[in-house]
Amino acid sequence: MSFPILSTMILLPIAAALLTIFLSAQAARVTALGTTLVLLGLGILLWDGFDIGGPQWQFVENAPIFGRFAWALGIDGIALMLIVLSVFLMPICILASWDSIEKRVPEYMAAFLLMEALMIGVFAAQDMFLFYIFFEAGLIPMYLIIGIWGGADRIKASYKFFLYTLLGSLLMLVAMLWMSREAGTTDIPSLMQYNFPVEAQTWLWLAFFASFAVKMPMWPVHTWLPDAHVQAPTAGSVILAGVLLKMGGYGFIRFSLPMFPEASAQLVWLVFGMSMIAVVYTSLVALVQQDMKKLIAYSSVAHMAFVTIGLFAFNRQGIEGALLVMLAHGLVSGALFLCVGIIYDRLHTREIARYGGLSNNMPYYAIFFLFFTMASIGLPGLANFVGEFLALVGAYKANSWVAAVATTGIILGAAYMLYLYRRVAFGTAAGEDTASMRDMTPREWLTLAPIAAATLWMGVYPESFMAPMRNDVTALLARIERTAPAGDAQLKMGAAKPAQTHSAAHGEAH
Amino acid sequence: METIKLIVFLPLLAAIIAGLGNRMIGNVAAKAVTTAALFISCALSWPIFLAFMGGSAEAHVVPVLDFIRSGDLNVQWSLRVDTLTAVMLVVVTSVSSLVHLYSWGYMSEDPSQPRFFAYLSLFTFAMLMLVTADSLVQMFFGWEGVGLASYLLIGFWYHKPSANAAAIKAFVVNRVGDFGFSLGIFGVFLVFGTVSIPAILEAAPAYAGSTIGFLGYRIDTITLLCILLFIGAMGKSAQLGLHTWLPDAMEGPTPVSALIHAATMVTAGVFMVCRLSPLFELSETATNLVTYVGAATALFAATVGTTQTDIKRVIAYSTCSQLGYMFFAAGIGAYGAAMFHLFTHAFFKALLFLGAGSVIHAMHHEQDMRYYGGLRKHIPLTFWAMMAGTLAITGVGVIGVFGFAGFYSKDAIIEAAFATGTQAGGVAFAVAVFAALLTSFYSWRLMFLTFFGKPRWAQSEHIQHAVHDHHGHGHDHDAHHAHGDHEDGTLGYHPHESPLPMLVPLIVLTLGAVFAGYVWHNHFLDAEMGVEFWQGSLVFDAHLMHAMHEVPLLVKLSATIVMILGLALAWWAYIKDTTVPARFTATFPAIYKFLLNKWYWDELYNLLFVKPSFWFGRLFWKKGDEGTIDRFGPHGAAEVVLQGSRLAVRFQTGYLYSYAFVMLLGLVGLATWAMTR
Repeated sequence: MSFPILSTMILLPIAAALLTIFLSAQAARVTALGTTLVLLGLGILLWDGFDIGGPQWQFVENAPIFGRFAWALGIDGIALMLIVLSVFLMPICILASWDSIEKRVPEYMAAFLLMEALMIGVFAAQDMFLFYIFFEAGLIPMYLIIGIWGGADRIKASYKFFLYTLLGSLLMLVAMLWMSREAGTTDIPSLMQYNFPVEAQTWLWLAFFASFAVKMPMWPVHTWLPDAHVQAPTAGSVILAGVLLKMGGYGFIRFSLPMFPEASAQLVWLVFGMSMIAVVYTSLVALVQQDMKKLIAYSSVAHMAFVTIGLFAFNRQGIEGALLVMLAHGLVSGALFLCVGIIYDRLHTREIARYGGLSNNMPYYAIFFLFFTMASIGLPGLANFVGEFLALVGAYKANSWVAAVATTGIILGAAYMLYLYRRVAFGTAAGEDTASMRDMTPREWLTLAPIAAATLWMGVYPESFMAPMRNDVTALLARIERTAPAGDAQLKMGAAKPAQTHSAAHGEAH
Repeated sequence: METIKLIVFLPLLAAIIAGLGNRMIGNVAAKAVTTAALFISCALSWPIFLAFMGGSAEAHVVPVLDFIRSGDLNVQWSLRVDTLTAVMLVVVTSVSSLVHLYSWGYMSEDPSQPRFFAYLSLFTFAMLMLVTADSLVQMFFGWEGVGLASYLLIGFWYHKPSANAAAIKAFVVNRVGDFGFSLGIFGVFLVFGTVSIPAILEAAPAYAGSTIGFLGYRIDTITLLCILLFIGAMGKSAQLGLHTWLPDAMEGPTPVSALIHAATMVTAGVFMVCRLSPLFELSETATNLVTYVGAATALFAATVGTTQTDIKRVIAYSTCSQLGYMFFAAGIGAYGAAMFHLFTHAFFKALLFLGAGSVIHAMHHEQDMRYYGGLRKHIPLTFWAMMAGTLAITGVGVIGVFGFAGFYSKDAIIEAAFATGTQAGGVAFAVAVFAALLTSFYSWRLMFLTFFGKPRWAQSEHIQHAVHDHHGHGHDHDAHHAHGDHEDGTLGYHPHESPLPMLVPLIVLTLGAVFAGYVWHNHFLDAEMGVEFWQGSLVFDAHLMHAMHEVPLLVKLSATIVMILGLALAWWAYIKDTTVPARFTATFPAIYKFLLNKWYWDELYNLLFVKPSFWFGRLFWKKGDEGTIDRFGPHGAAEVVLQGSRLAVRFQTGYLYSYAFVMLLGLVGLATWAMTR
């Protein structure tokens, strides 16, 4: 057996977390940064070592614990990209918290390291219950981060967060118990090939849906997200938007679609309906927000609707698009929250009306903010475009109504983001304190510049990110294509006509 | 390295250097880098165009990089070069390089010049990506890229609320068009299984007569695709219904108006329809729609143009109207004529805008023509340049001898509309002739108000400020001498001719406005030469071009007749008897108000879309999220929990423990189950 890189990536941050608790604030910061950088290195090794076109599951580890419950790890291309996203964002989060977190720093750093371990665990787990443990336990550090280091209203926010996720996860646990009894295994790759009885699938699907829909979050179970974002410290928002929201989509790909293809096809209307409402509804709500973080949080809900629409389009473009939206949104919304954090650290308010004219005193900040605003709007050449474009192409194949309604998101998205940008960066400063804010520090450059580079890379040459995932999508399509609902296009060829030319069309001109 | 790569990517490189590195290299270097890059691009573009003119070049595609691969969907970054592209290349790089040069003078007092030049170059790069696109997706890339640059440049003076509002409006209204364009691309991929333009055009004829389901309806496939794509074109080219952003876009600096909102970006829609002309030709419904929308825009914008008082807005409505001409030319199948008008219009309209910029520069940022007058003696070079532009746009010329640029291109459109003999063509012809009358009227009105008559500057606040500043603390306009009280309406302010960097582009464009039609009309339009020139890069209807020459003499002269009528009318109202306009508005106040307020489109859209969006947003937020979902969801549950369990509230953070407790229960249950089975 080769070097257990996945176990290392999970255990190393846990060990580091335990260590940091006993350190001084500055030592905890340095340790956390060092650990996350090592993990970033390991993530790059993982990406480099991943054999595109090789077996679906790679870096497989399996150590039985008791019964059928096993420490089973392994990744496919989809998990790989999400792990890379997580380890990429983590050092940035530590840097972003460097000065802004002043109380209980060692515990804070420990919470982040623990969360990193659990996030990697979610994406690497090959045992259903191991997945469940990581999936649920991953919320605890986030819960603490909001509850301890959050804003004034953090208690209410973390309470909402807790209630929502609790509801979903309990139903999912029941479904998992039933499944392991029925299939006689808890091995995720085996379950992905198992044909559950069609009548049972609906209930199982709904139980998983309850959990994943909350995590996405989909309308109408999204209301925890704006509050959680508003109260979370900057780095917490980055991880929440960047990685935790991706767990819902990951769940759909790993469980709902391959394990319950018939139910997925039957309930497509539900997913499409909720997603279509989400795009229009949350975009309009974003338009009227006065709080920067709330606005971006609502925009996240609208963006994640593209993911669900793409996944349930039941075709390659839709699914690949959804995966890319997940990655791109992880980068871009994370960066937008960092942008908010940078000015929040200076003025200590998220109220949009208190800013204005930042292009004058913070020109480089204004460039970065514009860059990520444009990426969020889906400007071609930047990350989000490719994913959203493909997801909508897939959606159009599935249903023209869905595509038409979802595409209004590109109009509304432009409206609320540009309106935000105008109020923050253009015009004149709301006060003396706003006008005297200084431009980005080198540390802040270090947080935004790498994300900007990745955003550009993904926008110009998305193939780097799509290639590892291609075979996994093929495998998924092999499972679900037979159940794919027919689209509404139903192209009917007309009576064969000779190739028309302009001279025929304008023959009467003579 | 292929030349085309240099042409396209040099402006991008320059934009990056100027935009990000200006602190290191300084203002002058940033300006020099961008301007030099554009002149190189321009110098490399002309040989390509000339090669296509001479028939020695063939269409080819230069691949750059893989872009998107997803199943059948295969998109490459690549640069297509054919006649149609070559025409656009010279238009874009020529006007852009001249505008760069012009901006050295026009923007010389602006504190953030590197940013301005970086945006201009970025725009040029995006526009070049658009015109060299071989796939609809890359075209969309360029499409959005120019939209971004347009947004940034309209809002360049970002301290002005009006500029910011105009910038957002431009972007969002364009997005409405992009909504159609996007759906069009999705539909194209669904039907043809490809987004490569040549492949689409090749496959399309087989789909003539097929039907497709869309939003519950069954529609002719090609018609649907063309209409969706055309909605995109309407947005970018400011056609009636999606035109509202263009006049507001005049908030941007004048060189921007010349480059983006006259010569290049706004013509992208026309370019798109021409590029896809074989597809449009398969659907009569679609081409008719293009014709009627174009004709309606030509008419609408020309009527509004007659009442505006802001010099830039008059030219903006004029642009809108001329774009309408291009569209209905395409709609009736005269794609060559549409492209030719695009080509000549780029020169004379850029000239008019840059001329207007020179006037505004001389008049200390006053843009209201009511405060101009008699300027021809003060800024004679600008006057003669504007005169050339006006002669070109109004289409002055003598058949068979010589004409200014617009004479060839606009007359071709009018004659072709008549020659089609179809109903749509007939409507287009009637509208075109009437709009030409209005064009002549508002163009001469602009000239007479600006350059003739007596100076009326005294009431201008800008001029008052300038004179005042000069007295006060020696404003940098030291050339403007003020001599106390003046009774001649000048307030002692003496406008001066613009500096050389501004005059050189005016002179070059003047040459274009005078000669572009005469030199190139045969290549673009002639039934025989046109076929060789276009090489199938658009649908060139040689029969129609031939029939154009057979139209009655009265039709051929119609444009000239209405041009003279418009000139006479303008002369009567603005030179002979200047009380005429006031008397007209007093007699017909309703018509005047309707036109002055631009047919009330903005008010209508505000009522229909903008206000309801905010209203619904607040409704969903307050009544939906907070009033319903939260109330019955988490908050309702919280009530239940609190009432059921007094235990939890004893701890200040009781919920924390309850969460951990539930997790623990789950894990214990799991472990129990695993162990006992």
